[in-house]
Parts: sequence; C-alpha cells; structure tokens
Amino acid sequence: MMSGWLRSDGRKGIRNAIVVVYLVECAHHVARRIVDAAADPRVQLIGFPGCYPNDYALGMMKALTTHPNVGGVVLLSLGCESFNREALAANAQQNDRPVETVVIQEAGGTRKAIEAGIAAVARVRNLVDEQAVRVPLNISELVIGTICGGSDGTSGITGNPAVGRAFDTLIDAGAICIFEETGEMIGCEGHMAERAATPQIAEALVASVHKAERYYRAMGYGSFSPGNAEGGLTSQEEKSAGAYAKSGSRPIDGVILPAERAPGPGLYLLDVVPPGDPKFGFPNIVDNAEIGELIACGAHINLFVTGRGSVVGSAISPVVKICANPETFRRMEGDMDIDAGRILEGRATLDEVGKEIVALIEAVAQGQATRSEELGHQEFVLTYKSSAPSGPSCMPNAA
Amino acid sequence: MNPTAIRLSPLDNVAVCCRPIEAGERILVEERELVIDVAVPIGHKVAFVDLKKGDKVRKYGMPIGSVTVDAPAGSWVHLHNMKSDYLPAHMRDAAGDQA
Repeated sequence: MMSGWLRSDGRKGIRNAIVVVYLVECAHHVARRIVDAAADPRVQLIGFPGCYPNDYALGMMKALTTHPNVGGVVLLSLGCESFNREALAANAQQNDRPVETVVIQEAGGTRKAIEAGIAAVARVRNLVDEQAVRVPLNISELVIGTICGGSDGTSGITGNPAVGRAFDTLIDAGAICIFEETGEMIGCEGHMAERAATPQIAEALVASVHKAERYYRAMGYGSFSPGNAEGGLTSQEEKSAGAYAKSGSRPIDGVILPAERAPGPGLYLLDVVPPGDPKFGFPNIVDNAEIGELIACGAHINLFVTGRGSVVGSAISPVVKICANPETFRRMEGDMDIDAGRILEGRATLDEVGKEIVALIEAVAQGQATRSEELGHQEFVLTYKSSAPSGPSCMPNAA
Repeated sequence: MNPTAIRLSPLDNVAVCCRPIEAGERILVEERELVIDVAVPIGHKVAFVDLKKGDKVRKYGMPIGSVTVDAPAGSWVHLHNMKSDYLPAHMRDAAGDQA
C-alpha cells in the first residue's frame, strides 16, 4: 500500500520538498547559496528571472508552491522587482504551507540575506516535519504527466506507445493522466477529435492544434530539433505521430491550460501554446519548461521518453526516464529508468514495458528515487508567457 | 527472429530500421527484398516501394510529408528526398544561417 503526505486541499504528495524561490534573477545567486548550504535534496531551487510582471508566471508559482509534493516555501526577493511576493506568500499560507520571505535589500545585502535564508529554511523545514501527516495513497489519487524529449525514430515505436499502455492502465484505475505539447500534435488533430469524450472537447482539441500550427508558423520553426532529424525523424507530423502514441487509447476528457487542475479522473491534453499572436517567443523554450507546466497542473511524476538521450530531472516532482533507443540505453544506462529499446530488439513487448512503467510509478510514489533524483537533477525553467482563462468548452462537464 | 526493419501499418510505404543497416545490405521486410542504398542508422526510414516525387510518405498509417525526389524501394528516406507538409524542419547549420 502506498502512502502520501496529506495536504489541506485533500491532495496527497509523494515527496515533501521545501522550495526556495527566487522571484527575479537578481535574487538567484542568494537563493542558490541558501539551497547549497542546506545540502538536502528536499530543499530545492526554483525561480523566475524577469523583473516585469507576468500573470502566467504568478499563476505557475502559486500552483507550484502549493503542489502536493511541496511542504514548505522560502521566497527570495531582491526587493524592487515586480513579482507579487505578497500574493504568492499569502496563497501558500492559505494552503497551509509554512512560508517565509527574505528581501535582500531589507536584509542588508548578499551575506545577510544568505544567513537569513538559511535560518528561514531551517525553521520552515522544522515546521514541515512537525506538521507531516502520512496517509494511505491510492493509485487513483495520482496525477501522471508525460513528455518526450530528444526524440528519434525509435521513440514513436517503443517508448511512446509503452507509455500509452501505462496511461491506459492508470486511467482505468481512476488516475489523472496528462499529455502535452499541442505543437507536437500537428497532424494528429483529426484522430484526437475522434477520441474526444464530447463534441465540445473535440472542437477544443482541434482548435488547440490549429492555434499551435499558426503560432509555430509565425515563429518560423516547429517543435523540431536537429537531433530529431539526426535520429531519423524527417518532419513535424512524423514526430507528432510518434509523440501522440504517449496518450494511449482511452477517450480524451478535456484540454487544460498550464497551472490548471484536471476536473476529474481521465486523460487530458495540456495546451501549452499561448493565445493570440506570438508575444514572448517560443511557447516553451525547452523540455523542462513543459515539465514545469505539467507539475503546475498537479503531476506527481512525469514520464519522459527519450531516444537521443536526455539526462534531465526536475525540481518538485520526480522524472522517470524511459529510453526508446537500445543503442542510447547502452551508452547512457546510468540516466535511464526503463529500457524500452528492448522492444525494438525483440526482447520485450509493449505490454511488458507498459506494466514495468506502472510498477515503477508505484515504487517511485512510495519513495524510490528515480535515476535523475539519484544523480541530483533538479532542473527548473520558467519564462514569460501570455495567459488566457480556459473556455468552458474545454471542460468535460460543460454545456 | 527479430526483424531488421518493420512497417508500422499495412498502409505504410516506408519501413523503420530496428538496427543500423549497411550500404548494399539486402533485407527482408514482410517477404519483400530491399537492397539498401546507403548506410542507414537505427530508427531511420527506408522506402518499402518505389516512391515518386509528389507521393505522400506514409508511416503509422498516416501521411508524414511528401516525396521531393524519386526514391526507389530500398532508398534511405529523409530530409534529402522528402519534406513536411506543415512546417519546415531545420538542421544545426541551417539554424545558424538564419540567426
């Protein structure tokens, strides 16, 4: 039986992290020194670099600092940046997270702010441990995200459909599963629409992919890297067809936006592309920006399928690395949790690897460290984005 | 026995390599013999039938782009003889030129 940390909103965490949050790049160094001094993998660094305000970034940070895997929060502000530290602290407090704020200009500069931050982390960690309540955790209470990065011609044949099998099992057990990157669904919108739980959701799915296509066309690039081509993928739609296999075969229950929680169990598409004309650049500059958005949607664990060989993990929620390419696995075994390339060499079936993924999710939820956790990977990226409220047509209970 | 290359759907006109294939190697895909034109890495595609300029390339049973240069059965199929019907793909040097 799994167990989790109970939070005031009823959700349960599989980790109990203390996040140290820099609210502008000017506070990044001080925050990093505080995290380094803690020398505790539970004390993790996240942040936002910009000085200008951004509703999306505030919404993301509110969701991340009250994620079920987060027990407590220390905010690091320079003092003059626009980020609304009071609103962020109040939100954490309302959600029963111990929170402290260190303002570098008020603390008296770098040295004093680092000292104050170290003391704040110690106090917050003590409170988090005093308040910790462990309760039974069912698989139906898990939120699992998936992403692929460093994709190649093997990803769509082994790792991605194996994740699809795992998603089918998790959804049948009542969990929430989220797949993402509408730009990587270009060419798959017709098939997705056929899987939609309602006609409204079908419309929302197609609209989200058309928006992504317009957006990427304006940017001049698709979500397609030179490494994808070196790995045998030739076109965006070929990459999409492979990426889409991660979603499995169950009905699609809705489209959600970054930092938005799924309204009920089932399968959801995370629409990562902002509304309107491109304003702040690429929707997500790199895989970890997407992982951060999945976490902000409540993901306890993210399944990361890679062919070329990504090494990243994440702050807050463990990343399970599923290696699609058997050659890459042999080269980078120390970074990989699952060897899905066995399917290509006839040494395992998709169903077997799918079951292995579900078993590993349960073990990781129970506390087993993933490879990226063991290696200390705690990447985090958050940049500017335009945001819009989600339309009622995106939700399954609408209309 | 483990196949050298597989077709993912009966609708497909390309096969995906399950291991690296040597130039000139003869492989069997669904009882059709293909002579591979150049060394092809794992995960890359080869033409299952003769592909003509303008044909749709089909993988997973789905169109994944169009043929730009005739590619006989057994040819490596990639950026040099097909292209996306949606968005341009780019390589590292091309990205540099456009920067």
